[in-house]
Amino acid sequence: MTDSTLLHASVSHLRQLLKDRAVSSEELTQACLKQIDETNEALNAVITVCPEQALESARAADSALAKGESKSLTGIPLLHKDIFCTRGVRTTCGSRMLEQFVPAYDATVVSKMKAEGVVMLGKCNMDEFAMGSSNETSFFGTVKNPWDLSCVPGGSSGGSAAALATGMAPLVTGTDTGGSIRQPASLCGVTGLKPTYGRVSRLGIIAFASSLDQAGPMARTAEDCALALTAMAGMDDGDSTSANLPVPDFHSALNPNLQGLRIGLPREYFNDDLNTDVRARVMAALSELEKAGASLIDIDLPHSHYAIATYYVIAPAEASANLARYDGVRFGYRCEQPSDLEDLYQRSRSEGFGEEVQRRILVGTYALSAGFYDAYFNKAQQVRRVITEDFRRAFEQVDVIAGPSAPGVAFPFGAKQQDPIAMYMEDIYTLAVNLAGLPGLSTPAGLINGMPVGLQLIGKPFDEQTILNAAHRLQIDTDWHSARPNLETIAS
Amino acid sequence: MNWEIVMGLEVHLQLATQSKIFSGSSAQFGAAPNEQADAVDLGMPGMLPVLNEQAVRYAVKFGLGIGARIGDRSVFDRKNYFYPDLPKGYQVSQFFSPIVCEGMFEVPLEDGTLFPIRITRAHLEEDAGKSVHDVFQQETGIDLNRAGTPLLEIVTEPDFRSAEQAVAYLKALHSLVTYLGISDGNMSEGSMRCDINVSLREKGSQTLGTRTEIKNVNSFRFVERAIHSEYERQADILESGGTITQETRLYDAEQNVTRSMRSKEVANDYRYFPEPDLLPIVIDSDYIEAVRATLPELPGAKRTRFTSDYGLSEYDAALIVPHHAMADYFEAVVQFCKAPKPAANWILGDLSGALNRNEMGIEESPITPERLAGLIVRIEDGTLSSKLAKQVFDAMWEGEGDTDEIVATRGLKQVSDSGALEAMVDEVIANSPDQVTQYLAADEAKRKKLSGFFVGQVMKASKGQANPQMLNALLLEKLNNQS
Repeated sequence: MTDSTLLHASVSHLRQLLKDRAVSSEELTQACLKQIDETNEALNAVITVCPEQALESARAADSALAKGESKSLTGIPLLHKDIFCTRGVRTTCGSRMLEQFVPAYDATVVSKMKAEGVVMLGKCNMDEFAMGSSNETSFFGTVKNPWDLSCVPGGSSGGSAAALATGMAPLVTGTDTGGSIRQPASLCGVTGLKPTYGRVSRLGIIAFASSLDQAGPMARTAEDCALALTAMAGMDDGDSTSANLPVPDFHSALNPNLQGLRIGLPREYFNDDLNTDVRARVMAALSELEKAGASLIDIDLPHSHYAIATYYVIAPAEASANLARYDGVRFGYRCEQPSDLEDLYQRSRSEGFGEEVQRRILVGTYALSAGFYDAYFNKAQQVRRVITEDFRRAFEQVDVIAGPSAPGVAFPFGAKQQDPIAMYMEDIYTLAVNLAGLPGLSTPAGLINGMPVGLQLIGKPFDEQTILNAAHRLQIDTDWHSARPNLETIAS
Repeated sequence: MNWEIVMGLEVHLQLATQSKIFSGSSAQFGAAPNEQADAVDLGMPGMLPVLNEQAVRYAVKFGLGIGARIGDRSVFDRKNYFYPDLPKGYQVSQFFSPIVCEGMFEVPLEDGTLFPIRITRAHLEEDAGKSVHDVFQQETGIDLNRAGTPLLEIVTEPDFRSAEQAVAYLKALHSLVTYLGISDGNMSEGSMRCDINVSLREKGSQTLGTRTEIKNVNSFRFVERAIHSEYERQADILESGGTITQETRLYDAEQNVTRSMRSKEVANDYRYFPEPDLLPIVIDSDYIEAVRATLPELPGAKRTRFTSDYGLSEYDAALIVPHHAMADYFEAVVQFCKAPKPAANWILGDLSGALNRNEMGIEESPITPERLAGLIVRIEDGTLSSKLAKQVFDAMWEGEGDTDEIVATRGLKQVSDSGALEAMVDEVIANSPDQVTQYLAADEAKRKKLSGFFVGQVMKASKGQANPQMLNALLLEKLNNQS
C-alpha cells in the first residue's frame, strides 16, 4: 500500500486495515508525521507536533490491537484544534496570549477520544480564539488552502480542515461557534459536523462564546464523523450545559435509506443573493438526495436576516467576559516591566491579543454597557428566541433543512481582511444554526473552478443521525467527498 | 437641626459548605495560600463552573427562615470588573433574578419587643480571593483560597433608624444563620461582612437624603462605631450647609473615622449579563418542602417557648436563645433537674463567667449539662447551700467528678440536722454574752444586722456546711428567747 493511499483513506477503512494487521498504527502514525513534516511548511496547518508522544501512543495501540483489546478508534491518528486543552502539550488558541500555555488538564473531548484509542499527532492552527472565518487572525500565521495556496482555508478551524485535506491526519477536531467547522469544511472539501449544543462537553475547550461554542469532528466521510461523534459526545458532570441524554451509536445506526425524508429549502437561503455557481452545486447535491427518495420542500425562516446582527452582539458580549481572565496576572502573556496594575492590564492585553480579538472585546463590552444593554444584548437575546422558533416551526414540516455552507468558495488572502462586515458575511448560512443550538453538517458538493463547495444539512435538536444518514447516502451515490487537492506542488 | 439617620444593610454571609460554590476545592478557612484553589478557582482556560447544590439548599433554608419568597427560577449573572484577586475578570453573582426574594425579619430588641426589618432579597455569589500587601517587598501577593467560596448577600430595605437597631439586626441574623447551620457567622474570619448604607434627613421628612456606603465592617462594635462616626460626619456637613457626596467609604477603626475610597475603584459599570455556563436554578415546591422539613426550631419560636414553658423572663430568654449551643445546653440541664430558673441563673452566671475567663465556648464546657443539673438538684433538695454549691462548681470545673462525688470526698454536706445545729447555736450564744446583750438592746432594724455575727460564728463552727435557712430560723428563735 502506498503512503498516498494510506494518507487519504477513511477512518473506517483504516480501522479495518489496523484490525487486519495490514498496517500498524506506528506505520500509519509515521506516515502522517512524515506528511506533516513535508507539507506543513507550505500550509502552516499545524502549530505543535508531538512525534514522540504520538509514536508512543501508536505502539500502545498496536499492542492493544494485537491483544484484541481495541476500542472504536484505537490506533487512528488525529490532530486536535489548538483550542482543546491537552495536558502537557502547549495549547495556544492561535494567540500570542497563550503562546507558552501548557495546560495541566485534558479537555473532556481529548480524554474521551484518548480513551477510545486515538493517537494524537499535535495541534492545529486556527483563528485567534476562534474569531475569524479565514484563519488570517492566527498569531501563528495564516493557514493556506491546499486546493490553492493563495487562498484561505476558511476558519476558524482552518488548520484542522487544511490538515485533513492534505492527509496529515485522517481525523481532526474543530469547534463551531458561528460556522467554524462547517465553513472551512466547505472551503477545503471535507465533511464537518457541528453537533447540537450540549451534545459534546465544552469542559477544557477554551471559551469564545459559551452559549454558542460546540465541538465536533471533521473527517473525509460522514461515516467517519459518525464514528468520531460517538466517541466525543455525552453528558459531562463538569459541563452544566451538556445534555443529559443517552448517546446513540451514530455509526452502527447509519442508514442510507432516505425514502420519505423531507428536506426543507429555506427561501431566505435560496434567494437572489445566492451565488449562482454555489446554487448550482447545492441543487445538484440536493437532486441526488431527491433521487435517493427524499422530497424537497420550500420553507420559510422569516427572521434569517437578523442572524448576523444577533450573533455579532451575543458572541462578542460573551467573549468580552470570557477573555477577561487573560490579564497577565496568573498565566499567559505578560507585558515587560509594567509600571502599575493598569499598565499591566492594558499592555498585556493590547500586546497579547490581535486586532480582531480586540475588536470583538470592544464590541461586546459596548453591547453590555449601562444604557445599551436593553437595546443590544437584551434585544439580541429576544431575536435569538425568535430565530430558534423559526426553526422549530420549520421542523414541523421537514426532517432536515438544507442550504449552502458558505456563500462562495475559498477567497484569496487579504480579500476580506480590511472589511470585517464582508468577513462576517462568510457565516451568513451557518450562524443561525448556532443561535438555535441545532446540529449542522457540511458535506462536499463538487467543485467550482477547481475549488470545493459544501452542502449544509441542518437537523432537529439532538438528531445528528438524520443529517449523518443523508450525507452518508450522498457520499455513497457521489464521489465529491473523494476529490483531493493536488499536493505535488506543495511537498516540494 | 434634628437629624434622623436612615440605613439599609447588606450582609455578605459565607455559607458553611464543604466545597466551593462552583468547584470541588475545600472551602475551609486557614489553609496555606493558594492550597485550596484548583483550575476552576484560578480561572484557567476552558474551565467551567458546576453549581454546588449545598449552597442552593442553604440559601433556600435562609429564605424559609425569614419567611421569604423563594424564586422559582433564579439565574446567575456575570459581574464584570478587573481586579488581580478576581481570577476570571468577572464574579458569578445573581443580579436580575435572585434565589431569595422579599421577606420580613423580626429582630428582638433588648426590651423584648420585636422590630420588623424588610429583606429586599438575598442572592448567591462567589467570593473573590485576597490581595496580600504585607508579605512581599514592593509586591502584592494573591491568595485565591477564598476565591469561589459561596456567599449569600442579604440586602435590607432602608429600615434602620439607629446604630442599636443595626447591631440588634446583625446579632439576630448571626443567631438565625447559626441556628440554620448555614454559616459559622464568624465575623473575625470574614464569614459575615457588613456594608452599611447611611443617609440623614430632617426629622419628619419623608424623602431620603444622599447616602454613602460604608464597606466591609467586620464586628458588631465597629458597626456601631462606624455608624456613629458617619452620622457625625454627615450631620456636620449638612449643618454647615454642605451636601453629601454619594460614595463608598471605608471605616478606619483605629482613628474611628470613615474615609472615602478612591472614586476610581468604585466608578464601575459591571455590565451584568446572564452566565451562559450555568443553567437557571429551578426550584419547585417539592424541593422547598423537603428543605422546610429540615428546618430546626428558630430563635423566635424558641424564645416564646422558653418564656411560656419554662417561665423564663424575656431578659433571660433573650440572653440564652441567640446562642444555639447555650439554648441546647439549657434544655439539657432542665431535662435532668426540672428547675429552669436556677438552670438559667447558673448558665448565665457562674458557667458563662468561667467560660469567658477561659475563652471557651459552651460546647467545650468541662461541666456537662447533666453534672450542672446534678448540682442544682442538690441545692434544691437542701443538701448544699449556695456557698457550698459554688465550691462544688469550682471543683467540678477542675474535673473532680460529679456533685455527689465532690460532696463525699470533700465532706461538704450541708448540716441540716436540727439537733446538731441547735448544739452549735447554743454554744455560740453561750460564748458570746456581750454580743447577745448588744443584740437584745437593739431595735428590729439593727438586730437584723447584728444577727450576722452569730450566723458567721455558726458557719465557722460548721465549716460552712450549716444549712443557712435552718440556721437563720433557729438562731432568731434562740436569740429572741434570751430575754
